[in-house]
Amino acid sequence: MDTKILIAVEKLCRYYGHHLAVDSISFELAQGEVLGFLGPNGAGKSTTMQMITGNLAPSAGRVTINGTDLLDQARLAKAEIGYLPEQPPVYPDLTVGEYLAYCARLHRVSKKHRGGAISRAVRRCGLQGVEARLIGNLSKGYQQRVGIAQAILHNPAVVVLDEPTVGLDPNQIRDIRALIGELGESHGIILSTHILPEVQATCTRVQIIHRGRLVFAESMQALQQRLSGKALLLETMTALDPAALHQVAGVAAVELVNSCRARVLFDGDNPAAALAACVASHGWGLVELALDRQSLEQVFVELTCNEDETTPAAAA
Amino acid sequence: MLFAIASREFRNLFLSPLAWSIMAVLQLILAYLFLSQVDRYMAFQARLGGLEGAPGVTDFVVAPLLQTVGFVFLLVAPAITMRTFSDERRNRTLSLLISAPVRMSDIVLGKFLGVLLFFLTMLAMVAAMPLSLYAGTELDTGKFLAGLLGLALLLSSFAAVGVFMSTLTEQPVVAAISSFGLLLLLWIIDWSGDSSREMSGALAYLSLQTHLESFMKGLFSSSDVAYYLLVSALFLILAIRRLDQQRLSG
Repeated sequence: MDTKILIAVEKLCRYYGHHLAVDSISFELAQGEVLGFLGPNGAGKSTTMQMITGNLAPSAGRVTINGTDLLDQARLAKAEIGYLPEQPPVYPDLTVGEYLAYCARLHRVSKKHRGGAISRAVRRCGLQGVEARLIGNLSKGYQQRVGIAQAILHNPAVVVLDEPTVGLDPNQIRDIRALIGELGESHGIILSTHILPEVQATCTRVQIIHRGRLVFAESMQALQQRLSGKALLLETMTALDPAALHQVAGVAAVELVNSCRARVLFDGDNPAAALAACVASHGWGLVELALDRQSLEQVFVELTCNEDETTPAAAA
Repeated sequence: MLFAIASREFRNLFLSPLAWSIMAVLQLILAYLFLSQVDRYMAFQARLGGLEGAPGVTDFVVAPLLQTVGFVFLLVAPAITMRTFSDERRNRTLSLLISAPVRMSDIVLGKFLGVLLFFLTMLAMVAAMPLSLYAGTELDTGKFLAGLLGLALLLSSFAAVGVFMSTLTEQPVVAAISSFGLLLLLWIIDWSGDSSREMSGALAYLSLQTHLESFMKGLFSSSDVAYYLLVSALFLILAIRRLDQQRLSG
């Protein structure tokens, strides 16, 4: 096995009173993976993350971090985790530098490596220039970045980020996504979010949790394949003739959306080149020719809304 | 890690104006009290000089000062301890400590030690006033030190009670009021009178105040030391249990 399993979660359950918030979730995270954790509000994302990081005790089940059981050897296991909760756990009265120094001490970063670790985290999260400022005076976006810096400070094997890009501006979001991608190469990352493009942009694996249960778990590659489907969207300048398109090799069906737009279903290889040639030869004027992708959003909505009808009001 | 948390807690206190103002007000009031005691002593000194076994300057000035210090601290200690955990929970920063590879007991003990260190700093400032008397006279050093030790132990139980109360609520003010209430109750619990002998003995044993008295007389009694240590340990253990239980119940 060339990739190490960093987190193994087995049949994790969590009750709040009689309410089952997380129902027997199992998954694994290997080194070099970025796992996107999706779900509607209240689905159990944060609860699961709190259990993985030892902030909540599970009602049943096991969490193993890098081969160490989180319940039996909590301190050893926790040393391998960096956690950014939904609200960044920052002290408004401290400066960024003081805060990170404190976090480094808490995470047992040795005195020798402390300076290096802090300056690396500061650089990676783009915090240069604000180190001497009070965290309470920073904007929400900077506070969020301080929170991320705290999570990666001690170079943990696993980084758990609960909605890391909330409150950031688009540039910062891009930076953070790049950072997540960079971290994902050497660490294992679990990322919870409800921003779907974020998952598509950064994750190598996707899990959707709904009503405390995992309803979807696939690698991004498999997902892309599943999403890309077998259809092309075609748009032309002048009215097109579906019969002529049907002649193209590989085309199974042509659905006309309007006179200039059609959805072409195909079998086997993508016939885009042949279609383009066909359009050109008829002189229709090609405007658009693209794969019709089902978005992750559609999958998400399908999985999390259908369930509402089949299991009504489980929480009631 | 214990000391990282303790030193952070200690330094955090100085970041808020609250701690500074408490220190200033306390020092002002106690200085006034100290000076008025010194004044009284000066007035009585001539008459006392003639008496056999008359109270010395330690009894006349230092003992009343230290006795008052105990009660004044009872009033201000909750204001210092109230933020230890309730602020962390309110700002959701507690997860930083809990996700770190730190024992729950280290977190509680660290906070406790930080607060205690602050209390001892205040006590040292108060003790500086009687010490200044050494410039002109002799004090009963044993009595003085016993009094300070008693106060230090008393403060450690104040800190433990305050830290525990702070784990119970997210509202610092609620934590302050409830720890003040509990401390005051423990302070006056033996005032209920002598209606029944054995009962009042038990109540007197529970009282924070009665155990201080022997220290003020210059007595070092291990049972009194044990009482304060037990109170501190009890509330610290309760605080640890409480945090563990919060992790279970969410």
